[in-house]
Formats: sequence, structure tokens, C-alpha cells
Amino acid sequence: MYTFKDIFAQYDWDSVKADIYSKNTTDVERALNKSRRTLDDFKALISPAALPYLEEMAQLSHQLTQKRFGNTMQLYAPMYLSNECHNICSYCGFSFNNKVRRRTLSVKEIEQEIEAVKKWGYDHILLVTGEDHIKVGMHYFREVFPVFQKHFSNISMEVQPMDQHEYEELISLGLYSVLVYQETYHQADYRKHHLKGRKANFDYRLETPDRLGRAGIHKIGLGVLIGLEDWRTDSFFNALHLDYLEKTYWQTKYSVSFPRLRPFSGGDVAKVHISDRELVQLICAYRIFNEDVELSLSTRETEKFRNHVIKLGITSISAGSKTNPGGYAVEPESLEQFEISDERDPNEVAAMIKAQGYEAVWKDWDKVYGVE
Amino acid sequence: MTTLNIADKTFTSRLFTGTGKFSSSHLMEEALVVSGSELVTVALKRVDIHQEDDDLLQHLNHPQFNLLPNTSGVRTAKEAVLAAQLAREALETNWVKLEIHPDPKYLLPDPVETLKATEELAKLGFVVLPYIHADPVLCKRLEEAGTAAVMPLGSPIGSNKGLKTADFLEIIIEQSKVPVVVDAGIGSPSHAAQAMEMGADAVLVNTAIAVAKNPVMMAEAFKIAVEAGRMAYEAGLGQSRQQARATSPLTSFLDD
Repeated sequence: MYTFKDIFAQYDWDSVKADIYSKNTTDVERALNKSRRTLDDFKALISPAALPYLEEMAQLSHQLTQKRFGNTMQLYAPMYLSNECHNICSYCGFSFNNKVRRRTLSVKEIEQEIEAVKKWGYDHILLVTGEDHIKVGMHYFREVFPVFQKHFSNISMEVQPMDQHEYEELISLGLYSVLVYQETYHQADYRKHHLKGRKANFDYRLETPDRLGRAGIHKIGLGVLIGLEDWRTDSFFNALHLDYLEKTYWQTKYSVSFPRLRPFSGGDVAKVHISDRELVQLICAYRIFNEDVELSLSTRETEKFRNHVIKLGITSISAGSKTNPGGYAVEPESLEQFEISDERDPNEVAAMIKAQGYEAVWKDWDKVYGVE
Repeated sequence: MTTLNIADKTFTSRLFTGTGKFSSSHLMEEALVVSGSELVTVALKRVDIHQEDDDLLQHLNHPQFNLLPNTSGVRTAKEAVLAAQLAREALETNWVKLEIHPDPKYLLPDPVETLKATEELAKLGFVVLPYIHADPVLCKRLEEAGTAAVMPLGSPIGSNKGLKTADFLEIIIEQSKVPVVVDAGIGSPSHAAQAMEMGADAVLVNTAIAVAKNPVMMAEAFKIAVEAGRMAYEAGLGQSRQQARATSPLTSFLDD
């Protein structure tokens, strides 16, 4: 079966990197002056040569986003159901070798968490777990999905990669979208970051969006963990992945997130640094390359940064997030996956959105869709 | 100017409007009131039907507005029928704007699923207004299926590119026995006027008003443009000619 792995095999990390870093102002201007951009244009837009054009890129990104998405900003809340994890990863607080107390929420506890989240007005929920296919596998999801279905119009999840038939079953239970980040497309160094557990299987993770697409999922969220490897090269591969998926699974929507490594329990060191200016460049580059992709920003980013970038291409943000199971009501002090940076509650974030001339959208889907 | 009849309703305004992309429900309300629009489409997915005080619906609670729930987000005829039934129950209207676009990138309509859904919804007593590509044959098939109107696109949704499908819209307008509402791609009042001058029965505009610097003023501009275009159509436009009339005709030597 032909998958993204076959496309990926045709590219060499070092050659791609060299190509990005060799782009010049002519390449950047060509990319900016086109009506439709290619992957080669995307390379130019994320290259160092594009940095002097940042204001122009920001203006263009703003215009394109406004035309396609209007003056609206989607709000969603993550809910961590479990911090159990069988993986050992170099950058995550949930890592198996991190000796902290683990917990998985029961249905009763989930109902308490839901009550707290619903009070803010949320109708879109993102379910997050560590990667433990035994404690937090299909049997668990079968049990908890009906609970979420009762309260939310839109259910997304960010959990361990699964098989196609499992995704098909979850879609039938109301799953709308799945976020699955490759973390890094640097195949050689991937093993250095993912030392043990199922996540160490680079190919299985790489082909997850293919399995999701074949299962008929409504939306797939992509991303790389910024801070692991050269962000420009990683972002090119992410865009390549997006481009392939859009052509192959054309009925699926896509989103891209920009997680930057944050301090976490057990460590805090990013190998590679990306500045705020460069992150803005990356956000604008994605928008200029792809006018329709949803761009998402989490509470990892600071209040000041988030206040400004919502006008530059971002279409959805989380607010008031807790990154620990039970964080909203049941056990606020349990182990966090990472520290958040923007600590404002959802009402404060919604007020900020309004003050910027945007409408905060709490509901943009309905349970009736996707019913088969 | 003549009024427009669709199914059981009569419209004075030929400007239909959308409700997405506005920076606030309050601004949307103000713009739509000024537009004079009497048919306003609402995405079912944006409405919380379980909340009596849903923000969007609260701001559309005007006697001049007839609500037209749309099925944006569905991918199949089956989903569309379910969504229409839900909307009928929640919003107490049997009118539905049928939008089936399985491609979430360009939101282009699926003609096969749209025809299937129209057949079924018409049998169930719905007043169906399907969003379609500017395909004259499909329009005739939809007529046979019992559609109340057809809504061919001018260009892709939200593109503001105007009437890229003008040649096909002209054929549809010429052949149609049901009202033709040009939907999608209308980016400026001049595009709307052009559609009306061609003989379209109405236009549906959303993005061009919602993302304007001044949506209220833009809504009024569209109102005026639609009225002007329709008046011009009803007044009978002079024929445009490819060639000038020669002052010294080549046939003047001929005796009468």
C-alpha cells in the first residue's frame, strides 16, 4: 500500500536543509508574488532569506486568513485523561522513567472535569493521554466516549497512534479529529529522542495520518515539536506531509500546530531554539503556502505573544488549559505534561479576542454530522 | 421592481445574506438589517439548538429575517437529510440550504450527493435550495427532483473572485423554471449588480460583507447594487455590439 513513507523515502534531510538555507531574496519575492505556492516556495518562505520580509509576510498572512476564516477564532479546551505512559522520551514529563504518581480518570471523575470545562462555555474538547495502550486503550475509550458525546459537539483526541479499524470504531463513537505530531522527521535522531516504547517506531507514527485518512476522519492535526531538531527542515517535511495528505485524503480537513518545547517535570532543555520572530515567520509561511489549513496555538505560548499572533494566521486557540489529569477539578496538583505559559482563564482570552475585533467561536460542529 | 417568489414566500429584497465570518453577532445583526435582506442563511453547526438564548439566533430575531438553515459541514446526502431534519425541528422551518461539499479545502459542491439529497428532501416536504456548481444539466435534474430554486456558484466560496462561471450562469438563467440565486464568490457590489443584470433572481453574499472594513456600509452598498442590477434588467438593457456602426455604410449604393 502506497503511503507517505514512500514519498518520505525520496527525500534526504541534509539536502532539504541545504536547499532551504541557500534560498535568496529572489526566491522569497517570487514566492510572495504568486497566487498559488509550491513546496519550493514554502522553503523560501521559511528560509533565513525571508526574515527581512516578515512584515510583508504578516500582512499577506492576515489578509489571506481573514478572507478564508473571517473575523473569527475557534476556542477549544484540552482535557488530560491520563498521564500513564509506556514511552521513554527525552522531552516529556510523562516519560516512563519519570518517577511520579500516575493516574487515569474514572468516568465519575471525567464527569466532574466536564462540569468544570462546560462552565466556561466550551463545546469543542480535545482529549489527551499519555501513550499506554493497555490502561488507556480502546476499552477505556469505548467507556468514556459516550460521556463526552453527551456534552460536546466536537471531540478530538491526542493519544497514542492506533490501527485503522480502531479509528473507524472511534469515529463511529463520535470522534471528529485526531492530532498526531511526528515530533521530528529527522529519522536518525528520532531514536535519540524516543528511547523506548511504541513511540520509538518511527514508521508506524509516520503512517498514522494515512490510517486516519483511510478511516475517514474529519480532521487530522499535524505538527513537529519545535526544539528537537532544525525547525526549518522539520517544518518543510511537515508541509510535505500536509501536501501529500490533502491530495490523497481530499475529504479530510487539516490543521497544523506549533508546539515549542516547554519546561517539564524532569527537564527543560530544548536542543534547538526558535525565536518569537522566527515562529511568526513560520506561522505566516504556512498560511501563505496553504490558505485553507487551520493553524492552532496552545497555551504553551505567552500571553503577549498570543495576543499578537491571532491576527497573523492563527485560527484556533486553547485557553485556561490544564495539562494534568484532573487539572480542572479533580486533582489540580497531579503531574503536568508541561508548564503552560498563558494562564488566563477562557473568559479573559475571549475578551482579548473580542478586543482585537474577532468573534470567539465556541461551537462550529454538530453531532449529527458524520452519522452513518 | 417585481417581487421574487420562492415556494410559499415572497421577497422584496433579492439580496440573500450569510452569517459567518463577522467579528461579532452584534455587528452581523446591524449589517444584515441595513442590507434589507429577508432571507438569512445560518450554519447549523454554529448554532446551539439546545440553548434558548443562542447568541447567533438572538441577533437574528427580527421580523424581516426568514432563517435558512444550511448543512455546511456534511459530506453525504444521508448526513444532509439528517441535518435538515434536525434544523427543521430546532428552527421550525422546512426551508434548507443544501450544502454538501466533501472537499473541505475549496468547499466545492458534490453534484451526485446533492441530487440524491434534493430528491429525498423534496419528498419529505422540504423547500430545498441547493448550492451547486454552475452546471446547467444538473440544474434541470434538480428541477425534476423538486428543488425550489438553484444556487449556482460564481466562483469558489469566500474567494471574492466574482462571476468566473458567467457563461454557464447565462445558460442556467435562460433555461431555468425555478429561481436562480447566484451563490459564492461575489466579492463586490459590482459583481452582484452584474449577476442581477444577467437575470439572476437573487444573489447570496456573505464574505464580502463580513470581512469588509465597514460591514454595515458594505451591506448597504450591496443592497443598492442588487436593486440597481435588477432595475437595469427589468428596464431592458441595450444590446452591446461588437462592431461600431459605420457612418459610411458599404451598402449605401444600393437602391431601396
